[in-house]
Amino acid sequence: MELISPTDFVKSKVQSVQEYALLAVRSVGNLFNRPLYVADIVQQADLIGFGSLRIVLAAVFFTGAALALNSASSLQRFGAMTVIGQLVSVGIVRELGPVLAGLVVAGRNASGMASELGSMIVTEQVDAMRALGTDPMKKLVTPRVIATIVMLFFLTILGDFMGLFGGAFVVSLVLRLDTHQYWSSTWQTLEFSDVFTGLAKPVVFGFIIATIGCYYGLSTKGGTQGVGRATTEAVVASMILIIAVDVFITRLLMITLGT
Amino acid sequence: MSIPTLPIERPTLADQRPPTDAVVFDKVELAFEQNTVLDGISFRLAHGETKAIFGVAGSGKSTILKLALGLLKPDAGRIVVLGEDITRMKEDQLFDLRRRVGIVFQESALFDSLTVRENVAYRLMEEGDIPEEEIEDRVREALSFVELERTVDLYPSELSGGMRRRVAIARTIITHPEVLLYDSPTGGLDPVTSNTIIELLVKQRDVYKTSSLLVTHRLQDAFTMGTHYFDRRENKMKPLPPDSRAEVPMGFLVLRDGHIIFDGDLKELRDTQDPYIREYIS
Repeated sequence: MELISPTDFVKSKVQSVQEYALLAVRSVGNLFNRPLYVADIVQQADLIGFGSLRIVLAAVFFTGAALALNSASSLQRFGAMTVIGQLVSVGIVRELGPVLAGLVVAGRNASGMASELGSMIVTEQVDAMRALGTDPMKKLVTPRVIATIVMLFFLTILGDFMGLFGGAFVVSLVLRLDTHQYWSSTWQTLEFSDVFTGLAKPVVFGFIIATIGCYYGLSTKGGTQGVGRATTEAVVASMILIIAVDVFITRLLMITLGT
Repeated sequence: MSIPTLPIERPTLADQRPPTDAVVFDKVELAFEQNTVLDGISFRLAHGETKAIFGVAGSGKSTILKLALGLLKPDAGRIVVLGEDITRMKEDQLFDLRRRVGIVFQESALFDSLTVRENVAYRLMEEGDIPEEEIEDRVREALSFVELERTVDLYPSELSGGMRRRVAIARTIITHPEVLLYDSPTGGLDPVTSNTIIELLVKQRDVYKTSSLLVTHRLQDAFTMGTHYFDRRENKMKPLPPDSRAEVPMGFLVLRDGHIIFDGDLKELRDTQDPYIREYIS
């Protein structure tokens, strides 16, 4: 492995952050510039939204079920089984729904974007696009950012419902408790701040997934091996960022919403 | 050389060109990290002229094409394309200029998720205000120029290497650009297919009078272009009589270690006494 000096290492990292920031800003700025590639947005929405639907629903459903089971074993000791719905709903809607949906979409789509754009880079298709008078940022990045944000938002809503159904499934068939009580406590516990927090996160996560996937894809160097490397790095970076940013958003919204 | 008019010919911008060069490189320098690729190169491509660029692998031939299109920026020097100084132009400004300049990439660079029709029509569809019927007609015309009308519904992965290059040429010429940049259009192809591609390049040069930069490793391709013309009556490439070869607007550049060590016509290239060039062309 080639050794590089600490100065060069830091410079390259700073440059990467700068390039990522520029890509992120331009991806949003392009929303207000013509042309807006609506057909590409719809195509990406289909790929990201419907393509990820099954896996997101399954992941959050079983997490909701597992959360109910784990909560039950603790709550049973205090004779507080009636609050199981509250625990599941707050846990799923505020935290697990958006984070799990984000991680699943990151694993599936950040990698897909990085590999697709990376392949286009190494086969000079992106250069060809520029040569043919198309801005790759408008044609490739902005549609993916819009589609990911919108679809992750709705995937999270559907995922939240599936998580609550997962909890209901355990409450009804495993714990043999009253499901009516579960649903009413679930419903009554949720406040505006919970729902707002749970729906603000996928917007930020969607932006992270798409911009990171596109950034690593468009920065690909070194042929097919480079595409593989870009794909892996995109998934790792987007997942770490989702988990880290989640903490900051949670805290920020707690302060903002006074919860 | 008197050449009759073919049905495919149409009035081009060639007749209204200003008296400037199509492409000018003035003391252009470019380095990738510590590696100097171009070290103060200067040359001019006249309107209607085709200039073949030779050099060993890594000598910066393809880089010149990318610089001429603004896909790369020089570290120093000046590049003027169709009268516009593109050296410090922003990407948005370059898009307008790129409508007048076409490039055929080394590996064709066709969009693999689009059909041949969509690839060839790409630039027209991007314009957004051209009727479907006109797009279809122009796609057919461009594909007929490269003799691939039957491939419209195929994907690039279903084509051979030579067919992909020809589709790339069709995609490039569909808007009748004033300058064409060819990056090793015959690289890796068999002699028969290479000859077909060179015939298309000669046809483009002699029918549309397009200014071109041709990067190639195959000397015989460039020599063929310098010794042949396109007979529009018979619709095929034919050899020129030796005393007419100087009439062909064909120049040659040889690159070595980031410098241009030769810039002249076919006769000058053959007569050169430079031992490196003699060895290169032998």
